[in-house]
Amino acid sequence: MTSKTTIPVHLDINGQHHTLELEPRVTLLDALRDRLGLTGTKKGCDHGQCGACTVHVDGERVLACLTLAAQAEGRAITTIEGLAREGEPHPVQTAFLERDAFQCGYCTPGQIMSAVACIREGHAGSDEEIREYMAGNLCRCGAYPHIVAAVRQAALEAAS
Amino acid sequence: MRDFDYVRPATISEALVAAAEPGSAYLAGGTNLLDLMKGGVTSPERIVDITRLPELNRIETLDDGGLRIGALVRNADLAHDPAFAKAYPAVAEALLSGASAQLRNAATAGGNLLQRTRCSYFYDTASACNRREPGSGCSALGGENRLHAILGWSDACIATHPSDFCVPLVALDAVVEIEGKQGRRHVTLEEFHRLPGDTPQRETVLEPGELIVAIRLPAEAASFAAHARYLKMRERTSYAFAVVSAAAALTVRDGKIRAARLALGGVAAKPWRARAAEAVLLGADADEAAFVRAADAALADASPPGDNAFKIELARRIVVRTLMSALAGTPALMPALPASPFSSLPGVRHDA
Ligand SMILES: Cc1cc2nc3c(=O)[nH]c(=O)nc-3n(C[C@H](O)[C@H](O)[C@H](O)COP(=O)(O)OP(=O)(O)OC[C@H]3O[C@@H](n4cnc5c(N)ncnc54)[C@H](O)[C@@H]3O)c2cc1C
Ligand code: SF4
Ligand code: FES
Ligand code: FES
Repeated sequence: MTSKTTIPVHLDINGQHHTLELEPRVTLLDALRDRLGLTGTKKGCDHGQCGACTVHVDGERVLACLTLAAQAEGRAITTIEGLAREGEPHPVQTAFLERDAFQCGYCTPGQIMSAVACIREGHAGSDEEIREYMAGNLCRCGAYPHIVAAVRQAALEAAS
Repeated sequence: MRDFDYVRPATISEALVAAAEPGSAYLAGGTNLLDLMKGGVTSPERIVDITRLPELNRIETLDDGGLRIGALVRNADLAHDPAFAKAYPAVAEALLSGASAQLRNAATAGGNLLQRTRCSYFYDTASACNRREPGSGCSALGGENRLHAILGWSDACIATHPSDFCVPLVALDAVVEIEGKQGRRHVTLEEFHRLPGDTPQRETVLEPGELIVAIRLPAEAASFAAHARYLKMRERTSYAFAVVSAAAALTVRDGKIRAARLALGGVAAKPWRARAAEAVLLGADADEAAFVRAADAALADASPPGDNAFKIELARRIVVRTLMSALAGTPALMPALPASPFSSLPGVRHDA
């Protein structure tokens, strides 16, 4: 470890403003989990390979483990904790429950954040397309068929 | 990850000054650099975050009909730009076959060119690797090398360049626009990456501190739009690097090939332009026999440094198949599985 100093980082998370003193090397994922107690966003691989850490930055899905907290300064960040509206779960959260789209649940926050964006992007038009555009989210429990069904259901609801 | 100084310049000239200090690295999407820093493969003293340089974020049509892609244009934005996907369908298809939706939302055009090899010994700091530590040896020679190079390799290094984007770009004569303290210069993408030779650590012609500001496509590149494809063989259907890939672009008139472009990915330390194959194709009848001759020419100099001889035959077949697909015509709709030989439902939708 070198003796570099911390820097102030202003983060806008789920509509709330936070100012943190961070070493520049702190990732958005570690800032969320270790500094802000927002542990809904999961650390799977920490190397951009599994999608468990998916969050939205300015409305688009990215990987929090390969984003520096400092890089996200001034951007609107949404995590799984920020999806519900007035105590009501997001329709994608409901679809995951109804379709039993998880087993252990570890990949689920990342799957849901990715699915919300996937539907918004217009990439949930067929099962094949959902599989391709959700390929960045791995599930060790192999809940894939139910995940595809949940995304499909939520996409159809969003379209109607 | 070792800690570092973090600076976020507001202009290109500020960025160049900041990166002039030894030990500096530019940070774009961060999807490759941060991964390498976590593993201690590279440990910059100073990170120059260029993501807030608005000048680098544009896609512009040039007066001569060419296209200029700013270095910070994100892979997803480029691939999903309707005008871009229409004019350069093979480039859009290559982009959409790479990484995942989340990674493509962060990865930039410039960063994609400069991503490092996926050779696992390069990532493992306990292994000898000439590319990471010059003179230490090459663990892949005599090690796990099924996926390594078959063209242009040396005894010092047999790694491949992993980019999909670069393959159709090099076929279409893309040019890299570089800015340094000496001003701006242009280098063709074909000359941009270096073969390993005795100095595998020198991966490109970029000098320390130089910044990629844009990638240019000449006007002619759009003339292939009706017959341009990218095909990528992976070890699983999606979300994997290429074992071998190819980009092909043709102009066909009266059954004869009037212009041909061909490049291979996953076979060498650089995106591999197959000029000998193009010479075979020029003026030939547009049929499978000519494509087989072209494939033989493209792989004539190939040799396996280890357990990867299968890649030579695989590359031949991918070349023939990509040329057949290009001849059949660019699909009106982007396949649901971009660049996949297993795309069962061609043209499920065109989202690009
Ligand atoms: C799990 C995973 C799967 C992937 N799969 C694929 C795949 O299938 N196909 C594929 O092609 N790629 C794939 N990638 C790689 C991905 O495309 C690259 O990581 C990405 O394109 C790099 O862009 P970036 O903007 O994030 O670069 P960064 O990580 O920010 O930078 C990469 C390098 O370029 C330098 N740099 C960046 N911009 C500039 C500039 N303008 N001027 C000078 N230097 C600069 C940086 O200093 C650094 O050395 C994958 C990555 C991951 C993590
Ligand atoms: S092939 Fe190249 S990158 Fe891989 S171990 Fe050998 S020198 Fe290093
Ligand atoms: S924890 Fe970020 S992708 Fe796995
Ligand atoms: S539900 Fe267990 S990893 Fe996906």
